[in-house]
Amino acid sequence: MIKACLYGLLCWLACTSVWAEQTLTIGYAQQSDDPRYDDKHLTAQFLGQALGRPYAGAEVALKEVKFHGQNAGIQFALEPAEATTSADLIKQLEALQGEGVRFILTDLPATTLSEVATAFKGKDVVFFNVSAPEDSLRQAQCQANVFHTLPNHAMQADALVQYLVAHQWKEVLVLEGSNPADQLLTAAFERAAKRYGAKIVAKRPFVLGNDPRERDKNNIALLTGAADYDAVYIADSQGEFARNAAYQTLLPRPVIGSEGLNALAWNWAWQRHGAPQVEKRFEKIASRRMSDPDWAAWIAVKTIATAVQQTNGDDFNKLRAFLTANDTTLDGAKGSASSFRPWDHQLRQPLLLSTHNWVIERAPVTGFLHEKNNLDTLGFDEHDSTCKF
Amino acid sequence: MKLFPLSLLSFSLLASSPAFAKNTGYLFVSSEDDHIVTVLDGKTFEKIKDIKTSKRPRHLQFNPDKTLLYAACGEGESIDIIDVAKLEVTDKIADIEDPEAFDISPDNKTLYISLEDDGALGIIDLTSKKMTKTVEVGEEPEGVLASPDGKTVYVTSEVANTVHVIDTASGEAKAAIVVGERPRRFALSPDGKELWVTSELDASASIIDVASNTVKDKLTFAPEGFRKEDITPVGISMTKDGKTAFVTIGRANRVAVVDVAARKVETYILVGERAWNATLNQDESLLFVANGLSDDVSIVKVDDRKVTKSVPVGRVPYMVVVDD
Repeated sequence: MIKACLYGLLCWLACTSVWAEQTLTIGYAQQSDDPRYDDKHLTAQFLGQALGRPYAGAEVALKEVKFHGQNAGIQFALEPAEATTSADLIKQLEALQGEGVRFILTDLPATTLSEVATAFKGKDVVFFNVSAPEDSLRQAQCQANVFHTLPNHAMQADALVQYLVAHQWKEVLVLEGSNPADQLLTAAFERAAKRYGAKIVAKRPFVLGNDPRERDKNNIALLTGAADYDAVYIADSQGEFARNAAYQTLLPRPVIGSEGLNALAWNWAWQRHGAPQVEKRFEKIASRRMSDPDWAAWIAVKTIATAVQQTNGDDFNKLRAFLTANDTTLDGAKGSASSFRPWDHQLRQPLLLSTHNWVIERAPVTGFLHEKNNLDTLGFDEHDSTCKF
Repeated sequence: MKLFPLSLLSFSLLASSPAFAKNTGYLFVSSEDDHIVTVLDGKTFEKIKDIKTSKRPRHLQFNPDKTLLYAACGEGESIDIIDVAKLEVTDKIADIEDPEAFDISPDNKTLYISLEDDGALGIIDLTSKKMTKTVEVGEEPEGVLASPDGKTVYVTSEVANTVHVIDTASGEAKAAIVVGERPRRFALSPDGKELWVTSELDASASIIDVASNTVKDKLTFAPEGFRKEDITPVGISMTKDGKTAFVTIGRANRVAVVDVAARKVETYILVGERAWNATLNQDESLLFVANGLSDDVSIVKVDDRKVTKSVPVGRVPYMVVVDD
């Protein structure tokens, strides 16, 4: 009986793994109680914000890459890790590393990501940041073992300003919230305005509330009066104030940034480049629409699998070299092939200038050219980079 | 995944057999966004008719005697069958989830179709109009080609960057060939020895040695003044003598004219926006190019290597076939 069972098991193993002899496991780190995925926040569906945990994006990609490792005899798996503190998470990830995990997707806020990456400095581990858009992670605080698939604030701001400049809407009123994260958005927008020749006519602080004593800061009409401008940029990392701004400005002008029109990594409404098929596969698994971090997790898994396919093996040094090789092309279902910038490990990619249900244009906007790769007109180019690995 | 519904796999709108139609000279153009196949006169290129189809018609192909035209309708989940004499959809193969490109076996008995959403190749019996089998391939399968001996079917997977080689007798994959990023369409050399496949995100065509199932050469497209990311090869047509191939290079809005033996691009012909599929007429004097983003068809005079006319058709034209 035992013999028969064993024989059956062997046969089952042989039959189900015709070509896959080994498994390359990809780690996936997330933080418990991450406020970005608070239920109330998610259901509000602010423009450009996550619609759920991006793990689903990684799962969709895992299904897609079934054949990528065929010739090398490798199949792929995902192994999640979750903790409340960086210290606990680091312990779990060390355990994964002990089991041979070399590639880890991180769905972590910027501070946690920095702490985790520092703990693995100099080790044979590569992280893919799928949800932290902060510019600092690509600049002064960059780390050699972190690759960013999510676009950063500077890329988004550059795309928006390209669009404004192309339409000759060059004078912009900026409304900024009091959250430190709002100031990061303003800083990125100011940088982009300077880069592409838009003018910020005024920057005004807003507060969320109804206090009549603060109405010059909480009333959109008052906030948008006594100035002339072509568009209103709203820096509202939480989105709650921004969603109230359209149609309430004193002058009839478009609202952009945290509401109205924003430059996103992904939009479910994008019709070209095989995007509807990716969206459909995602919705089948996640039962919701795909948002930016989902796309970032999806392309991260695909990147690892493409590296295995193209290097025909799982040699860590070869895979890592593939990530920053000059001729590497990654297919993000957004048209132009993506690749990582060697100077800060940010994935260069087209962005979709999106409303809630349409893509108005794809950035880089026509006419914005670069001497090497037009995608480098979005975000930190080599000469703007302050990153030192 | 609902691949084998038990009932209603097909139905017939008209029981009559197709009327006699030969060499009408008509061009048929599928339009993805208007759900029509536009019929154009082959000499004047005036519009004869818009044939209403199921939603999102894409790949078009005639049966061998050109009495029927099959149109894969992605969102209509159907392969519509157009009677060429009547210029109407008279029948359909229904309940096929997201059909995209297909090829018909040389004996006209079997239709092999890429099922974009299921990551599978569907095998349809044309007599019963039923899907008899599916073969799992990489995600987003696209180009399909049945070998002239009927023994092998090739299918690309855009996501897996792979050409799957499928044995038709067993219905099983016998090889997987890694090619350039996002492989799309095929052309087989007339001697059956070389299989060309375009790679949309690699600005290239891989040339597969059919005997060994390996890539033996790669041709890169590089029209002057364009960067790799703007060169997106998709459609490919080869002349009957196997000397010349025409490859549409998408966003570069051009068709590459390729000297097959020399593996060299002779010239690039400017056509409409996002040139997609290209088809030669019977005497190979004209090449018709569907331009997905300018909603028109470019008509190229092959001898002159020049566009003689562009004709507006429905929104997002996908493919042109000629009844001549």
